[in-house]
Amino acid sequence: MSDSGTYLYAVASESVPVDVPGVAGTPVRTLTRGALVAYVSTVPLAEFGEEPLRHSLEDLDWLAETARAHHRVVEEAARVPVAPVRLVTVYADDDQVHELLDRRGEEFLAVLFHVTGRREWGVKAYAGQAAGPAATPVNGGDPGRPGTSYLSRRRESLRGREQARRLAVTRAEHIHASLSRLAVASRRHRAQDPRLSGHDEWMLLNGAYLVDVGRDEEFAALVGSLGGDGVDVRLTGPWAPYSFTVLEPG
Amino acid sequence: MERMTQSGPVVRQPYGVAPPGGREPANLGDILERVLDRGVVIAGDIRVNLLDIELLTIKLRLLIASVDTARELGIDWWEHDPWLSGRDRELVEENRRLRRRLAAVEGPADLDIGHREAGHRDV
Repeated sequence: MSDSGTYLYAVASESVPVDVPGVAGTPVRTLTRGALVAYVSTVPLAEFGEEPLRHSLEDLDWLAETARAHHRVVEEAARVPVAPVRLVTVYADDDQVHELLDRRGEEFLAVLFHVTGRREWGVKAYAGQAAGPAATPVNGGDPGRPGTSYLSRRRESLRGREQARRLAVTRAEHIHASLSRLAVASRRHRAQDPRLSGHDEWMLLNGAYLVDVGRDEEFAALVGSLGGDGVDVRLTGPWAPYSFTVLEPG
Repeated sequence: MERMTQSGPVVRQPYGVAPPGGREPANLGDILERVLDRGVVIAGDIRVNLLDIELLTIKLRLLIASVDTARELGIDWWEHDPWLSGRDRELVEENRRLRRRLAAVEGPADLDIGHREAGHRDV
């Protein structure tokens, strides 16, 4: 077996120069087949084979570096409509990628058509501490009956928190629905862990929205109008259409 | 379209637009969830690395899932995640997935595989 493989980043219908290094510092090149272009790198299987990956995927530094490199290439390629491919998709050689483009060309073209003239935006909504799993206050209350006082405060706190949670969930649904009406397509993703999001607040919404380029400003304005009253709404992007280039496995 | 051209391990605003109020730059979490959990999956097409990719798919899903799991359990994300450090449990998951895949490929007649999978289900 060869000691190198072909790492696939993205598929597009138009080639643009990619001047950033790929994963593991490898140069990025393109493979063309029919109407499609694949962005690839030659990678050493000593790093991207099964056994090395098994270990390195558990190494957050390696994963972060590789994810960023992958993402950089996708972003460069995304100056034109692009279908990003899942991280660490490694083929035996270029021929297999050619074969992929031959066999699934129609599907790729359909996916690319869907995202043409549109961009993905990320919207996250955070609730203030009141709605999240806030700490129960431990001071104050009746000093003569600390136990009863504690339980009563605890109950109040839980009730208040539950109510705040319900309100926040409703609010998130409203925000998502409003944004979805303006978008061509939308997805609600799993909320991020605070250690990944970098925010301590409770993430109510982690949405992705595919928006016509001409409506970008309108979308951003709408995002801005949906925050307030203890809910912080944040916009990220534009992203390559990661959330809207789903190809059925097969 | 204006674009910044510097490279390096920094997250760039893709279109060189200064973030207005409410706009935040892409963080590692945003990037990880996109490259790991979204985008085109064509694992089934990968001939030589079929097994590798099957294993990876499971692992990547676990990495994403573990974010929630870790939070619920109140443990340190990543390093102490039971899915990742519990080697046995992880192997069972890998086995299960691979056996299911094998069974799908080889047809339902392969009772041995089904039987062994059932034996591991509650581990």
